[in-house]
Amino acid sequence: MTHLNLSPVRPSDEPLPDMLRETGGASAEFAHAAPRPMPEGTPIALSAHNVGAWYGSKKAISGISMEIAKNAVTALIGPSGCGKSTYIRCFNRMHEFAPHARVEGTILLEGADVYAPGVDPARVRQRVGMVFQKPNPFPTMSVVENVAAGLRFMGVRNRAEISDRVEEALKLAALWDEVKSDLKKPGIALSGGQQQRLCIARTIAVEPEVVLMDEPCSALDPVATLKIEDLMRGLAERYTIIIVTHNMQQAARVSDYTAFLLMAGDGAGHLVEYRSTADIFTNPHDKRTEDYITGRFG
Amino acid sequence: MTGQERSTFLGRTEGLYRRRKAFDRVMTGAMALAVVLAVIPLALILFYLLRNGIPGLSWDFFTQDPNRPGKPGGGVRNAIVGSGIIVGMALVIGVPVAIACGVFLSEYGQNRMGAFVRFLIEVMAGIPSITVGLFIYGLVVANQGHFSAFAGSLALAILLVPIVARITEEMLLLVPRSLREASYALGAPRWRTVLRIVMPTALPGIITGVMLGLSRIAGEAAPLLFTALGNQFYTTDITQPMDSLPRRIYVYATGPYDYWHEQAWAMSLVLVGIILVISLAVRALFGSRVTVRQ
Repeated sequence: MTHLNLSPVRPSDEPLPDMLRETGGASAEFAHAAPRPMPEGTPIALSAHNVGAWYGSKKAISGISMEIAKNAVTALIGPSGCGKSTYIRCFNRMHEFAPHARVEGTILLEGADVYAPGVDPARVRQRVGMVFQKPNPFPTMSVVENVAAGLRFMGVRNRAEISDRVEEALKLAALWDEVKSDLKKPGIALSGGQQQRLCIARTIAVEPEVVLMDEPCSALDPVATLKIEDLMRGLAERYTIIIVTHNMQQAARVSDYTAFLLMAGDGAGHLVEYRSTADIFTNPHDKRTEDYITGRFG
Repeated sequence: MTGQERSTFLGRTEGLYRRRKAFDRVMTGAMALAVVLAVIPLALILFYLLRNGIPGLSWDFFTQDPNRPGKPGGGVRNAIVGSGIIVGMALVIGVPVAIACGVFLSEYGQNRMGAFVRFLIEVMAGIPSITVGLFIYGLVVANQGHFSAFAGSLALAILLVPIVARITEEMLLLVPRSLREASYALGAPRWRTVLRIVMPTALPGIITGVMLGLSRIAGEAAPLLFTALGNQFYTTDITQPMDSLPRRIYVYATGPYDYWHEQAWAMSLVLVGIILVISLAVRALFGSRVTVRQ
C-alpha cells in the first residue's frame, strides 16, 4: 500500500491527488460528515459535539461530532495519523495524560458532560473502559487479580462478590474455560490472544457503559483476532463498543456503524463520513471514503 | 563447502568478509580480557579474605567481647551486634525517605521542583562520607553532649538516601507507560496507580537498590568515627556509643598486636559474608517474582 504524504507542506510542483486539493474551508470539504447515521429514536450512549484535540500547539483532530448508538459496535477507520485514537481517548479523558494536551467541544455520556468542572476523570473512566493496542496485563498480578484490579480500585472489598464478578467477566470475555484451572497463574504467562481477552475481562469487570477498543487486534494473529471479533458481537448486547481499527474488513465484520476519518490540509483529523456499516461499505457518499475502502490509498 | 565454492559465493565481498571476521575476533578477545581484568581484583579480595580471615574465626570470636588491649583472645560480639543495630536503624530511617523521594522524582518530578530535587540528590551523593559524619557530629552529637549509635545511624541514613532514591526513580521510570494507562483506564487515581501498579512492578529493582545501599553503608567507618564512636563493651542502648565492624577493623588493623590483625581479617570476612548472605536471601525471597520489561 502506498502511503500518501498528507502534510500541508507538500512541494508545490508535485500534483496533489484530487481528494486532497483544498476546496475552500474545512467545512465544505467535510460536508458528508453527518453526526447521526442511526434511525430516529435509537438510544444514544455517547454524544460528541465539535470535538477538537491538541498536543501542545499541534491540532490532532478538528471539529468532530458523532453520536454513538447504545449497545452497538461503532468502528472508526482511517489511515495512520488521522486522529482516531486521539478521538476515542477524549471520550474517557485519557487524552489529558499527554503532555500539554487540550480538548475542546462537548462530550456527553448519557447526557452528562464528561468535561464539566468538578467531574472526576477517574469516575469517567470507570464508566468508559478501554482496551489497548498491546495487551497490558499487570505483570505482578495473577489472572484473577488482574480481573479484580478495577473492582479493588473502586473499593469493592467483599470477596464473594469479587470472585463472582471475576468469573462472570472471564466468561463474558470467552476466557474462563481456558484459564479456570490456573487462575493463580501470572497474567503475563498467557498467550498474546489470551492476554488481550484478559484485558477485556478486566475492563468489563467494572461494568462500564462504554468500552473503547484502540486497535485491539493489531498485535494478534488471525485466529486470536477472530476470537476477539466474535467476542465483540456478544459484548455489544451489554455494552456500547467503539473500536478503532486499521483493518477495514474488521470494521465491516464487527461494526454496526462506521466512521471514516482523514487528516486534512490543516494536519488535523476530520470526520469524512459516518454511516451504517452496510451503507458505507456498499455505497459511500464521499469520494475519499470510496478511495480508502477500495484500497486506492491508506 | 570448499574454499573454491565459498569464494565464488561471496564473490567480490570476500576480502571485506575476512576483515570483518578478523575484527570480530579481535574485539571478542578484548572483551574477554576486560572481563578477566575486572574479575581479578574480586577474586584476589575473596582469596585473601578467606586465607587470612578463616584462622581468626572461632566460637569465642562471635560470642565474646574484646579483652583489654594486649590480652589475646576475646571476640567482637559487640561490633557485630553494633553494626547490625546501627545499619538496621539507618535502613529504617533512610529507606522510606529514599523511596518516597524516588517516587516523587519519577511520578511527580517532571517539572522544575523535580529538577531541583534531582540536583540536590546528586550533590548529596557526592558528599564525602566523613563530611556527613562531621555534619551529624555538629548537629546531633555536639547538641546532645555525647556520642550515640543513633547519631551513627543518622549519618549512614544520609549516605543511603541518594543511592536508593536514584535507583528507585530509575526503576519506576522503567515501568512501561502502558501499565499506567491500563490502571488509569480502570478508573484508578494516580496515587493508587503508583502504589498498586507501578511500585509492585518495580519492586525487585527497588530492592536491588536497597541492597546496594546496604552494602555501601555497612562497610563505612568514616561517618561513624564522630557519631557512634565505638565501644569496648557490649551494648544495645542506642543512646550510647556503640561499636561497629568497620570501626573495629580500622582500630585492630592499625593496632600493634598480631591477634588484632588476625581478628581484623576475620571481621572483614564476616562483614562480606553477612552482606552476601543478606543479598542472596533477599534475592531468593523476591527474585522469583515475575517481572517484565516491555
